[in-house]
Amino acid sequence: MLAEAAGPGTLTERFKRGLAAPICLTWELTYACNLQCVHCLSSSGRRDPRELSTAECMRVVDELERMQVFYANVGGGEPTLRPDFWDLLDYSVAHHVGVKFSTNGVRLDRRAAQRLARADYVDVQISIDGATADVNDAIRGAGSFAMARRAMEALAEAGFGEFTISIVVTRHNVSQLDEFKRIADSCGARLRVTRLRPSGRGADSWAELHPTAAQQRRLYRWLSERPDVLTGDSFFHLSALGAPLPGLNLCGAGRVVCLIDPVGDVYACPFVLHEQFRAGNVREPGGFTRLWRESELLLRLREPAAAGACASCGQYDACQGGCMAAKFFTGLPLDGPDPECVLGHGERALAAVCLPDRPPPGPGHSRGPVFLGQIAARAAT
Amino acid sequence: MTEDTVILEDEDLEDLVESDELLVEEVSIDGMCGVY
Amino acid sequence: MEFDLHRPYQLNPAVALRPEPFGALAYHFGNRRLSFLKTPRLVTVVRLLESQASAAAALNAAGVSARERARYAAALAALAHSEVIDAR
Repeated sequence: MLAEAAGPGTLTERFKRGLAAPICLTWELTYACNLQCVHCLSSSGRRDPRELSTAECMRVVDELERMQVFYANVGGGEPTLRPDFWDLLDYSVAHHVGVKFSTNGVRLDRRAAQRLARADYVDVQISIDGATADVNDAIRGAGSFAMARRAMEALAEAGFGEFTISIVVTRHNVSQLDEFKRIADSCGARLRVTRLRPSGRGADSWAELHPTAAQQRRLYRWLSERPDVLTGDSFFHLSALGAPLPGLNLCGAGRVVCLIDPVGDVYACPFVLHEQFRAGNVREPGGFTRLWRESELLLRLREPAAAGACASCGQYDACQGGCMAAKFFTGLPLDGPDPECVLGHGERALAAVCLPDRPPPGPGHSRGPVFLGQIAARAAT
Repeated sequence: MTEDTVILEDEDLEDLVESDELLVEEVSIDGMCGVY
Repeated sequence: MEFDLHRPYQLNPAVALRPEPFGALAYHFGNRRLSFLKTPRLVTVVRLLESQASAAAALNAAGVSARERARYAAALAALAHSEVIDAR
């Protein structure tokens, strides 16, 4: 007779306990960036002098290969600004680590697009935050929309095939969702729609940029009708509104995902670049492998989390208390509601937060103060 | 240890999968939380 | 092609099979799909396919009981449908 045992349980339960290697590893290659997006979660701009060298990056790829990480999500800052970007791309693929990289398009000219079209196991994602230049450039800077569109055209001309267009949903672009879809369809690209987190420079503008409750409901309905639109599991906090959206619907921090930053620091959550969620540095003995398997922080995150203040809410199973990063940087307790809780519990909790108690995002690598640009008046949403 | 308990071996883990649960599940690799 | 227990199969060369505590993850580099194999025994079956004359023989070699046979056959059919395994 079999004893009662704490079995692996459902798929979700199995993921929560931890995996042999991350599935979705985010790797910020550099803090250097040609843009200064208002909401940049990595507060990028200036290259950090302690950046991993080419050789050190290749050692990381070697580790990822040994751990059988299937692919790395590469970004920055702007990853193509690293002079060794192409060498690292080739090295990764040669070592069985696929690459999906995200870019603002600055170096994606015809030659780059042709090189990418010849490469296997490399996916490209281009970021915009508006379907029109006025909405986009208010967040990403003058000329950034045109630059992104040129990169999309370069990929199309080179016969690259399907790439991804990724947007961060804000109060000002929710009304443009259909236009985003049209742009993606016309390019033969997939559309990816992700959540604004109050991280990095986003901490300053989150209050005015994050979608309203009504906009969230509208977004949820729009996504529900379009299962082909990717979300990167961004909106699992909206699952309390009805049927869950496609995706894991859970916080993967330290369990399924983690981040390696340009100087080799490993963080449990790519949206919380904060000492409290830093597992260590890949330059330490044992490298990334030891951190993933043994760091105290990541092991702690794999333990079952308490529902805390959400325990009595009937929706907790659906929303899992929402996004850790959203709670952390708005000063909310991690075992309580998400600031954008669809039942309004987060709003009430926010009202009780003292602003000085919010964790500061850290000095970051911004090149200077950044301000939200003017957005031309649009029809009421 | 009573006579009713046994040591679980690897092979026994499959008994913990629900009887009507599929042994294979596809997970969307894009449906995981990440920046990109 | 319909899955056929009496045909020989193999792990698709485009697939990376990564052991996990619960079984394994299988990632298809071509179609970018990720499959979750939920028991270690299923992983054993998949690894044995290449050396066995048929999928049915692999089930036997892995020690799949008569009671579990249909479930494992269904799992193999799903893996064939996702191109994680293919006929050789």
